[in-house]
Amino acid sequence: MIKLSLSHVSFSYIDVPVLHDIDLAIERGEMVALLGPNGSGKTTLIKLLSGVLRPTEGEIHLDGSSLRQLKRREVAQRVAVVPQQFHMPFSFTLREVVLLGRTPFLKAFSNEGEGDYKAVQTSMELIGVTELGQRFFNELSGGERQKGILAMALAQEPKLLLLDEPTAHLDINHQVEILDLVKGLNREQGITVIGAMHDLNLAALYFDRLILLKEGRILADGPPSDVLTEGTIKEVFSASVQVMRHPSMKTPHIVITPKRT
Amino acid sequence: MLARLKSNQRTVLILACLMGILIVCLLIAAAFGAVSISPLDIVKMTLNKVGFTHFTTTWQATDETILFQIRLPRVVAGALVGAALAAAGVLFQGMLRNPLADPYIIGTSAGGAFGATLAMMLPLSFAFLGFGLIPIAAFFGALVAVLLVYNLARVGGKTPIISMLLAGFAVSAMLIAAMSFMITMSDRLQLRLHSIWSFLMGGIWVSDWSQIAIIAPMIIGGIVVARFLAFRLNAFSLGEEGAAYLGVDVERDKLTILGLGSLLTGAAVSLSGLVGFVGLVVPHAVRLVLGPDHRLLLPAAALSGGAFLVVADLLARTVLAPTEIPVGIITALIGAPFFIYLLRRTRREYAF
Repeated sequence: MIKLSLSHVSFSYIDVPVLHDIDLAIERGEMVALLGPNGSGKTTLIKLLSGVLRPTEGEIHLDGSSLRQLKRREVAQRVAVVPQQFHMPFSFTLREVVLLGRTPFLKAFSNEGEGDYKAVQTSMELIGVTELGQRFFNELSGGERQKGILAMALAQEPKLLLLDEPTAHLDINHQVEILDLVKGLNREQGITVIGAMHDLNLAALYFDRLILLKEGRILADGPPSDVLTEGTIKEVFSASVQVMRHPSMKTPHIVITPKRT
Repeated sequence: MLARLKSNQRTVLILACLMGILIVCLLIAAAFGAVSISPLDIVKMTLNKVGFTHFTTTWQATDETILFQIRLPRVVAGALVGAALAAAGVLFQGMLRNPLADPYIIGTSAGGAFGATLAMMLPLSFAFLGFGLIPIAAFFGALVAVLLVYNLARVGGKTPIISMLLAGFAVSAMLIAAMSFMITMSDRLQLRLHSIWSFLMGGIWVSDWSQIAIIAPMIIGGIVVARFLAFRLNAFSLGEEGAAYLGVDVERDKLTILGLGSLLTGAAVSLSGLVGFVGLVVPHAVRLVLGPDHRLLLPAAALSGGAFLVVADLLARTVLAPTEIPVGIITALIGAPFFIYLLRRTRREYAF
């Protein structure tokens, strides 16, 4: 069971306000995308939900307990994060990286056990990276690395998976592959997914609920066809676009026309 | 063959081999010197002394005195210093995510040198539990310097790694300037330039079990505690934010790692002055061969560092005997070429 609720959440970096008075409820099993231009606060919101940043004002509740009261370890036992990219200074194998996902479950003076190895194996099979296990993480392609990080996050056995632009810098085949995997985890494992997304069309195709942020406030929240309209995109991105229908999915599809040809 | 073993068996096997190598190095180092003692006799004498056995005495009484009063304290101290510096190197490299960090990177060397110089300037001399004023001042100098660096780098409840490195650089520069100024101004220090130089180059001058009795628990205990941080050091490889996502209390762990690494370094400095290269090269070399997993890397580097310094110190006192070369020169002379060889040979390359 995971239910996430934000009440009157505001956040400022030192004295630069980033998020203003956010109220939000996300039910178990939802698949939600956070959209908005750079600086609109979507990455900050992901960090607040992961508990690594604390709201300046307001409360975030995870299954009824305030994130402020939970230890980092306790949050990480339920919430996993897949960031854009990790820089890895040492040559760990992919399997060693996936094993890091078990960190929140290890007690201070103990080593990992059979249960941890099992979780690692299961998540590597689910993501389809078992045969890459002995390869060095640094020598893998961007898409393979991102799948490895997804497997690491899955080894945390999370109830909530947070994604911070997980497909940025990836080729289109890997974008589709990663999002298909995430959708599978949401549908089959019942993991709640919240992802900050840059690509509006990908977000519309894969996510059931879109939240559009502008300057730290929620401007629109609902199913893709309600949120992605010519009006909202004009307001948030100051861009003139046409919203069509995806030929088979019937989701909104944004088409741009260059000013010069 | 190693790859086919289960990872736990592989770990145990590797550590057992390294322990064996360390013991062989200790025996060889204890055997050589102005008077040679056979390694077999060393084993017998040691076992008799501990009380396990009663071998008949086939050696001269002077051999026994030399072994227990002079040679063993020195080789054991060498092993402890090497192990401490290598373990501290692993801790700092892992925390700073930089394979080129060494235990001295955030001010311990400058702090230790400043403390030692200050002690030499004072017209005082006393001994406390076998330690003179200089090693005690060096130990606390190193710790105070790190404490200063940590507090200077602390901004709004956080201690970013980059500010720690910069503060370490600045504090080191100030302490070295102060030390140089003291040397310039003090006639007393001018007369003791050679001692200062010896401290800076490093050397194992231990010939007293009481020093070891104090330092050994500190170093061995420190390494055991460090081993329990190994999994979280692995998590630190993903960066501070990545580690936090995995449930690591980053600020608390940074302080623990820093404190432990500095304690190990301070303990080593108090026995030997500033022995360079061990804390940089040994962790790096062991990582290139065995991989970056700190659960194996930390104990393996400690054992290798111990063996390395024991051999280096043997060379330091025998190559040009009766003249002793500062051991820091030997560690650099062996360490640097070995390091270059490993860098060129290995497949486990680094991404900077």
